[in-house]
Amino acid sequence: MPSYLFWLFSTVMLIGGTAVIAFRNPVSSALSVVTCFVGLAGLFIGLSAFFVGVIQILVYTGAVMVLFLFIIMLLDLKDEERRANSLAPVAAGLGLVIAFVVQLIGILSRSPDKSLPPLDHATLASAAADYLPSGKIAASLNQGKLPDVHLIGHTLFTQYNLPLQILGVLLLVATVGVVVLSKKQAG
Amino acid sequence: MPDLLIQLAIIITKIVVLTFIVVLPLVPVSVYFERRFSAVIQDRVGPNRVGIPFTLLGFKKDFHFFGLIQPIADGLKLFLKEDFTPAHVRKAFYWLAPALTVVPALITVCVVPFGSPISIFGHTEKLVIADLDIGPLFIFSVASLSVYGITLAGWASNSKFPFIGGVRSTAQMISYEIALGLSIIPVLLFYGDLNLSKIVQFQADNGWLLLPFWKNGQLGHADLNTLLYWIPAFIAFLIFTISIFAETNRMPFDLPECETELVGGYHTEYSSMKFAMFFMGEYAAMVIGSALIITLFLGGWSVGFGLDAYIAKFEIFGIGIGGFIHMGCFLTKLIAFILFFILVRWTVPRFRYDQLMKLGWVVFFEAALINVFLAALILAAPQLKGVIIGIGSVLLIAVTFAVIWVAKVSEETPKVLRA
Repeated sequence: MPSYLFWLFSTVMLIGGTAVIAFRNPVSSALSVVTCFVGLAGLFIGLSAFFVGVIQILVYTGAVMVLFLFIIMLLDLKDEERRANSLAPVAAGLGLVIAFVVQLIGILSRSPDKSLPPLDHATLASAAADYLPSGKIAASLNQGKLPDVHLIGHTLFTQYNLPLQILGVLLLVATVGVVVLSKKQAG
Repeated sequence: MPDLLIQLAIIITKIVVLTFIVVLPLVPVSVYFERRFSAVIQDRVGPNRVGIPFTLLGFKKDFHFFGLIQPIADGLKLFLKEDFTPAHVRKAFYWLAPALTVVPALITVCVVPFGSPISIFGHTEKLVIADLDIGPLFIFSVASLSVYGITLAGWASNSKFPFIGGVRSTAQMISYEIALGLSIIPVLLFYGDLNLSKIVQFQADNGWLLLPFWKNGQLGHADLNTLLYWIPAFIAFLIFTISIFAETNRMPFDLPECETELVGGYHTEYSSMKFAMFFMGEYAAMVIGSALIITLFLGGWSVGFGLDAYIAKFEIFGIGIGGFIHMGCFLTKLIAFILFFILVRWTVPRFRYDQLMKLGWVVFFEAALINVFLAALILAAPQLKGVIIGIGSVLLIAVTFAVIWVAKVSEETPKVLRA
């Protein structure tokens, strides 16, 4: 990914993130989160992870944040706009940020400074040996393209098949739970 | 770096030509069709007068272009109207909302393949702006952003009816996105690819998904498995098309702007060009929705019947024009589908809001899920043993009937209202 795109999307993300806490109006804050997510999706796409980037927009921006916005609009939070800045939350937030930065520096200083291999034709073609020679993954790797959707599917359904199934059941249980709870309240 | 500059020039040309010269004019064209076609359905004449007023110059008759320039007059009217901003609105969001409905609809244009690759003086160029490997997902994700425009319009207007319209639209679009996403899984299973150009090329070679009557450029029916696959493909087509109607707020599902209940819905407080942008966004979404349906189910730019390989080779003075013929075919299909949208709008009455939600969550969601399993079973059948296929189909039928039964049982009988 060209570095100027990285800086562009990181700046968008940082501005969005700062705006979330800077705005008084909850709807503005929610839209800032959306901006932040769009920047994040841009970063993912810049790393050739098209699928993750698009799912980021589809799930978080297109569904989760829309629901947030929906609730915020229905609640019509007037108190939030009038709230005064007290010291305690600011201090706690700063403490969290500092703790995270210290941790990040600790990890980054220990990890070796290796650059990733470039995604050129030779690297991709040599990676094709790990997959079925007649399959689509090997075919597009040999052409010098990164089939990220196919690769994610392949990894999920071969290496992490059981966790995936368990997650599916968990989601089903959650869905059933929501239906049961909402029916109970209605009756 | 002249090479980079040439590439940049090609990309910008493609963006300008395909978005602003091909797709955007389709919006006024579909408005014109909407007005004339609805007039035909209602046994009226429709707008047929706009033209050059020769009678003002003393001639006997006006020249009226058969009403074809009516959209220009409409657009001019919207431009020249007073752009009135009510005092009670939330300004920033009120201005942002119309842009948020148009922009996503136009961004999605970039992954739609308009024709087969054209070659100019030995240089081959694909007729698609960005040949992404995640085509349909990209369209879904960007199109899902347009819900912000409508929601914000409703909220920013700061009055009751637009707000209800905005809330309705949010709930409706989120609900139907699920049916939309699930319904195309069988289609993607069949192609094994998410690249729209490759999907269309596959259909040009092996028969459209809904018309599998040629194989490798030869006429003749496909193998049994592909023929059987027609069933899940058709179910997917039905669910997908109807969900697109709901996603684009078109007539049987245009509850967010239901004028009998909500005055004008989310755009009640808007006037002039801001209103026109909502209008444009709606029609652009309809055009893109039709384009996606055609690309996934009806062969995209492919002429069909094994003719595509010949057409792609047409050349005049070293310029391959096959791509443009394919583009013409694509636009013909697109306009035919837009006419279908309009026909439905003027034929089917509007749903009630609870009916709409029920259709989305109880009927389409389950139908799409079962359809995924049916498609997977048919697709995997050649590799499976007979017994396993039998067990699979019995399970599938059992699940289907269980779902229907649960839906019937949980249906609440409406209370009788007494005056």
